[in-house]
Parts: sequence; structure tokens; C-alpha cells
Amino acid sequence: MSDPVTALNGVSSDSGIATITGVPLQGMITLRGDLSAAAVKNAATGVAAVDMPGQGEANCVENRGICWMSPDELLVLCPYETVAANIEKMQQTLGIQHALVANVSDARASFRLGGPRAREVLAKLCPVDLSPGAFTPGMFRRTRMAQVPAAFWMRNADTFQIICFRSQARYVFDLLKISAQPGSEVHLYHA
Amino acid sequence: MSTRLATGGRLLNKQKALNFSFNGKRLRGYEGDTLASALLANDQMLVGRSFKYHRPRGVVASGAEEPNGLVNLGAEGKFEPNQRVTTTELFEGLSAQSQNHWPSLEFDVGAINTHLSRFLPAGFYYKMFIHPRPLWKHVYEPIIRQSAGLGRAPKARDADTYEHFHFFCDVMVIGGGVAGLQAAKSAAATGAKVLLVEQTAHWGGRAPVDGGTVDGVPVENFVDQTVSELETMPNVILRKRLMGAGVYDHGYVLGYEQLRDHAPEKPGPRHRLWRIRAAHIVTATGAIERPLPFAGNDVPGVMLASAVRDYVVNYGVAAGDRTVVVTNNDDAYLTAFALKYAGLNVPVIVDARVLPEDSPAMEQAKALGIRVIMGHGLAKVQGTKRVTGVAICSQAGAGAVLEEIACDAVAMSGGWSPVVHLWSHCGGKLVWDDAQAHFRPDVDKAPTGADGQPFVTAAGAANGSLRLGDVLGDGDQAGKLAASAAGFKVKQTACPVGESTQEAPMVPVWLMPQGAGVELRSKAWLDYQNDVKVSDVQLAAQEGFESVEHAKRYTTLGMATDQGKLSNINGLATLAGALNASIPQVGTTTFRPPYTPISMGSIAGEARDAVFQPLRRTPMHDWHDANGADWEPVGHWRRPYCYQRAGESVNDAVMRETKNARENLGLLDASTLGKLIVKGPDAGKFLDMLYTNMMSTLKPGKCRYGLMCSENGFLIDDGVVARIDEDTFLCHTTTGGAERIHGHMEEWLQTEWWDWQVYVANVTEQYAQIAVVGPNARKALEKLGGMDVSKDALGFMEWADGELGGFRVRVYRISFSGELSYEIAVDAGQGQAFWDALMVVGHDLGVMPYGTEALHILRAEKGFIMIGDETDGTVIPQDLGLHWAISKKKEDFLGKRAQERSHMTDPDRWKLVGLETLSGAVLPDGAYAVGDGENANGQKNMIGRVTSSYYSPNLDKGIAMGLVLHGPDRMGDVIEFPGTNGATYKARIVDPVFYDTQGEKGNV
Repeated sequence: MSDPVTALNGVSSDSGIATITGVPLQGMITLRGDLSAAAVKNAATGVAAVDMPGQGEANCVENRGICWMSPDELLVLCPYETVAANIEKMQQTLGIQHALVANVSDARASFRLGGPRAREVLAKLCPVDLSPGAFTPGMFRRTRMAQVPAAFWMRNADTFQIICFRSQARYVFDLLKISAQPGSEVHLYHA
Repeated sequence: MSTRLATGGRLLNKQKALNFSFNGKRLRGYEGDTLASALLANDQMLVGRSFKYHRPRGVVASGAEEPNGLVNLGAEGKFEPNQRVTTTELFEGLSAQSQNHWPSLEFDVGAINTHLSRFLPAGFYYKMFIHPRPLWKHVYEPIIRQSAGLGRAPKARDADTYEHFHFFCDVMVIGGGVAGLQAAKSAAATGAKVLLVEQTAHWGGRAPVDGGTVDGVPVENFVDQTVSELETMPNVILRKRLMGAGVYDHGYVLGYEQLRDHAPEKPGPRHRLWRIRAAHIVTATGAIERPLPFAGNDVPGVMLASAVRDYVVNYGVAAGDRTVVVTNNDDAYLTAFALKYAGLNVPVIVDARVLPEDSPAMEQAKALGIRVIMGHGLAKVQGTKRVTGVAICSQAGAGAVLEEIACDAVAMSGGWSPVVHLWSHCGGKLVWDDAQAHFRPDVDKAPTGADGQPFVTAAGAANGSLRLGDVLGDGDQAGKLAASAAGFKVKQTACPVGESTQEAPMVPVWLMPQGAGVELRSKAWLDYQNDVKVSDVQLAAQEGFESVEHAKRYTTLGMATDQGKLSNINGLATLAGALNASIPQVGTTTFRPPYTPISMGSIAGEARDAVFQPLRRTPMHDWHDANGADWEPVGHWRRPYCYQRAGESVNDAVMRETKNARENLGLLDASTLGKLIVKGPDAGKFLDMLYTNMMSTLKPGKCRYGLMCSENGFLIDDGVVARIDEDTFLCHTTTGGAERIHGHMEEWLQTEWWDWQVYVANVTEQYAQIAVVGPNARKALEKLGGMDVSKDALGFMEWADGELGGFRVRVYRISFSGELSYEIAVDAGQGQAFWDALMVVGHDLGVMPYGTEALHILRAEKGFIMIGDETDGTVIPQDLGLHWAISKKKEDFLGKRAQERSHMTDPDRWKLVGLETLSGAVLPDGAYAVGDGENANGQKNMIGRVTSSYYSPNLDKGIAMGLVLHGPDRMGDVIEFPGTNGATYKARIVDPVFYDTQGEKGNV
């Protein structure tokens, strides 16, 4: 077994109006099922050790958490090396409950976008109201970044965590870097 | 002559002089100047040549409506044509070139056209160049293209960057004049989130120039005070240099922000396109003054009256020493006063109206010692490259000259037209206001949203409220209405009271003098930029182009880059006159976004160069790139077409890779193929519906090749399905099919079979998948060690989980080449490491990576079909001889009933066969086979076409597949394929399996 690598392996940029950092390997498990079923909820909360999020929300602590993806889909976050064990545990909790559990840790790439201008940089790419009154920590959004699908939530008042598909990691990093180019402040949102 | 005055210029910073150049001439202006004011300050009246007749043209306006002052700006990567001098802010080092002249602006050969104008009437090109037909393309069009056009197209790559920005608010107010400011204030008072945008660099619109008082203080102070108040409100965002470009459905607005045009030395993007969602929109876009149609109204020095006073008040620039004012309303008198106060001479105010008594403005003019003559107009303007004088006549007459007055500028005003563009973009209707002779928004027919309620409100001059007192109240009301529509509770607040002088009514003048003969009418311009005169519009009406949209296209009225901001109302009034119809009967042409042209760069935003398109890269992408990959786009993916070695051609590489996979060991990056997990108690039933063959009978641990059809029976995808456990399947799709088939599955599950217990997940990118292909494939895996991959342990069309070389893998024994072949999936994060390990163990086994072209040849040698080659959306599995993959036991599957239709079962459908040229040459891909006889169009009858064609290095000859009429029944027949090079290829119909027909190579 060789050490797994992320798509862009530790890439970062802080030359612009926001910092962009490639996130190290993050365990991600797709859970599809009836979100009102106890077994489904327990399967998610049991391995993430956080409460179930509501619609459009994410409950994340460090590298564990649950993100609401759709009315019948959750994204469960956990440390990368615990994914196999956690999937096993989730399957046991689910028992005969109809659900789908899949490891998607390697299918994705993650970035952190930080700094007081992070909201502005993201609003250049995503059709989302990113004003401080409208998007706050605890919320989760699946949307698009320019031409590709993406999702994000806020780790704190001025840091976003962004997920995209692994094959598009370079494109998304380049997008963020261009959108954070020096002199491109919108002077609108001040964290 | 035009000149800079010693005093005045409220927008100038005279402490800071700026150098710029015009046609290479070095000139100076001040910070705060527009290029137009700076040119006028340097007595540069002549700024360009007109489009058709190459007539000398000068600045007419002072804002976005300017038709004449268009220049080529900048050079190289900063070059941009058709930039309006009136909206271009001056900066140090600005370099401008005038347009549409040859050899020079002062002396232009094309000006000969003006003398030929009677031979170049409306529709001239249509009439003249229609016959003989062939001459159009090769003679007329090139010549016309050469002589037409204004600016040059840029040739260098744009050196600037651009971006988008998404923004959401409750109320968006477009226009930062008095109405817009008051609307923003009253809307913001409710707590609504308000965005107020202004296209220029200054707040207040026309008010500071036109004057008046608000609550007893000068309106300029009111503007400053309101802006300061708004700036302190946390729920208000103010942006200057941001134009509301277009209003679209659902409160969507495009805003065009010019960030660096006035300061190109600063870092950052040049333009930012705001993509705004507003619950309600207020258009406070002001009004535009109309020119008067009189002979010679295009001579440089003839300007809009409002522009003349803008230049005096805002920039301290006089358009002339002696300015004649010609008007049909009181507003233009303000210009005479402004000139007089600046110490300039106004020889006469020519007023077309006949009023029973003097209006207050007339009284004031007379008190200032200005001569006012009522009931008169201009017979013509004297001068060519600049005004030298005017000839005065009776407005009621035919133009007999009563008096000539020397002057060097003319300030004209034909009344004001509200800027209704943004109101109209999304369907807002207009009403004709007889008293003010203009179209204004019809409040009862506003653009409506999804709920049927209006989502746009017009305010101020844009709503037809032209006087300061009305403007404020209208703006206040609009702001409250907008906030209320956005769901906010409106409090009753007092509205500031504006005061303006009493005005006498205007009288519309659509031709000056009203009885002007053809001589004068053909010198009275309507559309300056496209050279359309009163006579042209009248001719169009006479020739039957009665609809305003037809007349527009026939004459080109309003079709230039200014989209007829000055010309439209005069033009359609002229048309109405010619048709003896009322103006509202004639109606307007359609207002389309953007309000003024926006840069192509801003539309593209960030999408250029590296991020023009989102390229998808597999985990081994960088390795391929470093090892000679010749890239092929497959959807958004890039896949190696082949791996070129030093000194090798692409074809050499393909041949080498194709042979090596049959003789030794090939590696293929198959990561792009779609991988969909389908799970649930009803998964088998679901897949039985999606695939033509039976999937529910597949045993865990086994694989089955399947075909997918649309409801209409046509093949849409294929791939290998592996049954993981009782409830779980993994479906492989084509590279381009992953997202599409995922969506197809979700659609059926969500809309039709919502009660089936099935979930689908797209895990395509979770895995790097590598095909290990060739006689040495098993040896390579055994060298890696770990799991048993022997024939007995892992037979053909079986899969197993295990370990290879320390990697956790899932191995599928499937083959798209006919060789002994394993497709091995590892987590994407280990894809490169696993690839490296295979290259190491394969070193002594003759390993070579191969690309998509070798893949294609290998499968064609085996007669395997490829979605997109053998299929094109019109092909059903039966056409391809795939009956074996179509279940006869199943009651239903998608496409089943369609495939039973008569046309689908027609024995005359073209069927798949192999094709082998008699000479061994390669058939041209896509070539058609011709049969006997001709069709109704005299073309040879077609009896088939080539779907795939390659040179096979393993067979040393050209091989092909094709769809041929009665093909499978004609084995051995020779048919003819005419090529595009004159040659005809003769090919024999053969079985499509060319290589290893018994399948022995994979059966080891």
C-alpha cells in the first residue's frame, strides 16, 4: 500500500486577496436513505459524533461532520484513515434498512478559502448570496463554481471549506486564484 | 472655436493636468475631464467621420447617448474600438484614434459619398447589389466590407482580466440622480437591503447642472447630503461607474462595473459583471434630450443644449464663443443662461413655438439681454467641418432664409425622452405622453414576475417626471413601492420638496422648418451614427416599409452602436408623419439589453486561458503528460490519444502501442469510464428495465456486458455491469455517459418508479481504473503478488476484491481488446502509485501504455462496437447484430416497445458488417456506399456508410465497420465507396470480427 495523495498534493496560494489551501485527505462517505429513519440518522451520527444537520446545513467539528446534501442524501465526514471501519460500522447500524453507503473520499478535492475577502472571492464564482447576513457558519450549499459543481460550508467566520470533484481540482484551484487576484476586492463584505 | 474657460468646471481637479493624445497629437486636460470635454477644451471639434457618407462629425452629447464621438482607444492588448468619448474618463497617457477615415480625419476620400448621397438612398445596397447574384459574394461584399464599419477589430489578445460577481438585494435602484437617490433613501428607510448604482463617476445626475432648490437649499447640497446619509446606512450599498445593463426575468439584472478604465495603472480586473437578483427594481435612469431635425444638424459644433451647458458647468469648456440656441421648449433656455453667466455670447434664441405670452424663461432671457425670436427655426447650418453660422427661417414655412447669423456653435433641444430601456427590457409597456411628446412607462403595464406582480418601477425623469419638484416625489414614491413589493413595511415619511421654475409647454417639432423641401430634408439627420436622414425614413415609408421594425432595418435607423438613443423618437415621428398615422400607432422598436455596449471580456468573466473550460484530469494525468501524451478531448476529460516517443510520429506511436498490446503488455488509463453504484432491494428489477438484457439473473462475483436504450429504442450507452452482492450492482458507462446515465437513472427513479427501493451513487472519480492487457497481463499481476488471478480463480467476466502489490484492488476480468485483460480499480489517491508499480513489474514483460486510438483499433479488430462511432442516436441494437444482448424473456425494458415498431423491424434498415478494401487501403471514415440508380434529386442512391475505419498493424491492412443495406445477407459482395479525393474505394463485405475469430487469445 502506498501513501494516498490528493489531486493537487498540498497546493496553496496566498498572493491574492484571500488564502487558498489544499485540504489534506478527508474521509467522505455518501449516505443515501430515508433521513427520517432512526437507523439512517444513527448511522451518520454514530460515526461523525455530531448532531444531524437540518436542511441546507452542515454540522462539522474539525474533520468530522455531517452535511445535508439533499432530502435523501448526507455526506458524512471523518478522518481519512477511519473510512473503511466507519463504513463497516454504518452498515451494521443500518442493518436491513434500505440505504446506500459509499466511500467518496478519493472522488473529491477540498480547499480552504480564508480571509476577510473570502466571501467576495467565492461570490465571484457561485450564484449564492454570500453576504454575512445570508450565509453563516452552520450552513451548507451545493451549487456551481463557474462551470463545475461544488459545495461549501464555513469553518469559521471567514473560512470556507469547498468540495469539488477530484478531476476538476486544478480548475477549481485556478478559479479561486484568479478570483482572488490582487486588486480585485469588491469592498462589500467585511468579516 | 471651443475652448477651456478660465473659471468653472465643478468636476475638474485643475491641480492635476493630464497628458493624452488624439491621432498622435499630444494634448492636455485635467483630472475629472471626459475625453470629450478634454478634446473640446483643445478645440478638437472634429472627432470622427460618419459611417456611410464619411461626413465630418463632432461631439453632440455629454453622456451615454453620444453617437458621433467614437474612437479607437489604446493599443495592442489594451486596444478597444468604438469607445464613446463622452463616457471615457481622461487618464494620464490616454491614446485615442478617430475612426472611419482615410487617409486622415481632416481629409477623407470617402467624403465623396456625401456628394453621391442622392445615389445612396435607403435600401441602396439591397437594390443595387442583388443582381447578378454571383457578384455579391466575390465583388460587392468585399468592397462594402472594406468601406463600412467604424472601429477596427482588435487583433492582439486582451491584456486585461475580467470577473463576475453574484449579488442579492431587496431593492435595486438604477441611476444615481435625484430620483434614484431619493428612491434609495425611502426604500432603505424600511430596512430593505438596497443597491444603488450609477453609471457615471458622479452622483446627482443632471440636477447639479440644471439647478433648482430642495427644501430651500441648492439641489447640489441636497445630493451631497443624501449621499452622505446613504453611506452611513448599513443596509445600503452605493456603487458608481456601475451601469444597469439589462433587466431580465425574475428580477435578474446585469450590472456592468468599470473598475480600471479610468485608472488603468491599478492592479486587478478591468470590468466586473454583476449578476444581481433583486426582489424589486427601480429604474431611475433619467431622460435624454432629442436633437432637432434641421438641415446641417450634424455639422461639428451643433450639440444638444443640455450637453452645451454640461460642458460649461461641469468641465469649464465652451463649445463656442457665439452659440445660437434653437429649441421647442423652455429647458434649453438654461443653456443660454449658463453660457451668459460664463461670459459667453448668445446671439439669439430661436424658439419654434408661438406662445401667447412670454414664459418665465423667455422673460429671464430677455432680461439678460438675449434676443429671443418665437415661431422661427433654422433653415440650415453653415459650415462643413465646423459651424460658421446659421440661416434663420419661419418654422411654419418651407425654409426661405430670413436672416443669417454668424456663430460657432448651435445648442439644440427637441424635448426630452425618458430612458425607458431598462423598463422595457423585460416587457414593460409604454404610453405616449402628448404634452411632453415622448413615450414614458405605462404604470399599469409593468414587467411582471412569476407571481404576476410588477417587479420594476420607473422613477423620476425616466418615468416622465421632468421637473425637480415632481422628480423627488416620484422617486420617493418609487422607493416605497419597491420596498413594499419586496415585503417591507413602509412608514410614512416626509418627502423633501423640490422647487423649479414654471415652464411653458413644449411643442413637438419633427422637422424644421415644418415645410422643408427635399433639399433640406436630405440634410436633416435623424441617426448620426448610421447616416439616416429624414428623407430616408420618408422613402422607406413610401416604398412600403410601414412597420417600424421594417423601416428600421431598411434604413438602418437606430441600428448602430448607440442603438438610436438620440434618433429613435424623431425617426418614428417622421415615419408616423409619412404614414399619416399617430406616433403611438407606429410604436417603438424593441429595447434590448445591454443599455450601452458592454465588453466581451466582462461577459466571459474569468473563463479564458487555463480556465476557459473545466478540464478533467485523471489521477495519472501528470504522468501521461510527462510521458509524451498526445491529448484527445473526450467530453471535458483529456485522455492520451497515444504516447509519443522521441522521433516518433503520432501514427508510429499508435501502431507500436496497438501491436505491443497484442504481443506483450499494454496499460490503459480507463479511469474516465463511468462507475455507478445501484443498490437496493429493487436494484435488479431496475436494471432489467434500463438494460436490454437481463441483469437480475447475474450472480454476485460475475460481470455482464449490457446495452442501454432510450425510450425510442435507440442505443444510448453500453458497458459492463458487475454484481457486487445481492442488493448491489456496479454499472460501467462510457466516458461521456457517466453524468448523463446517472441523470437518466435518477430521472426514472424520481419521476416514474419513485416507489422502487433503489439508490444510485456516481463513484466514477473514487477510483483510478487501469486496464492491464495482453499475453503478459497475468504474469505482471502475479509479479505484483497478492491475490490469485489464475484462470480458475478469476475466470472471464468475473471480478474479485483483493490485494495486488500491497494495494487494495478490485479486479474485473473483462476485455475490450480480445486479449487476456484485467481492469483494476484502486482508490484514486493511489492510482499513480499503482500505475508506477505496474510499469516496474511490466518492465521485463514489454509493458507500454497505450492511448485511445490503440484502444479503438484493438476493439475494431475484434468487431466490438463503440457508442458514438457505430451509434449516432438513430441506431438500435438490432442494427448492430446485437440480438444476443436483447432479452426476449423480459416483459419490458426501456426501448422494447419502440423497437417493435414497423420502421424498427424493417428488413431494409442498414446493418453492421465488416468491410475490407480490395487493395488493403484504409476506407475514409464516414464514406457512403453507392448503389444502383438515382434518387428524386438526381443523386446516386446510398446503400451504406463507414462507421469505423482504421489501419490494423496486427493484420497489416485497412479494416472497417459499416452499416450496409442488407449487409449481413451480402457477405463477400464488393461495394463501392466514392472518396472525396476522386478515388473510389472497392470494399468486400465481411464478418466484423477480423482478429482471433475463435476468441482463443482471451480464453487463457
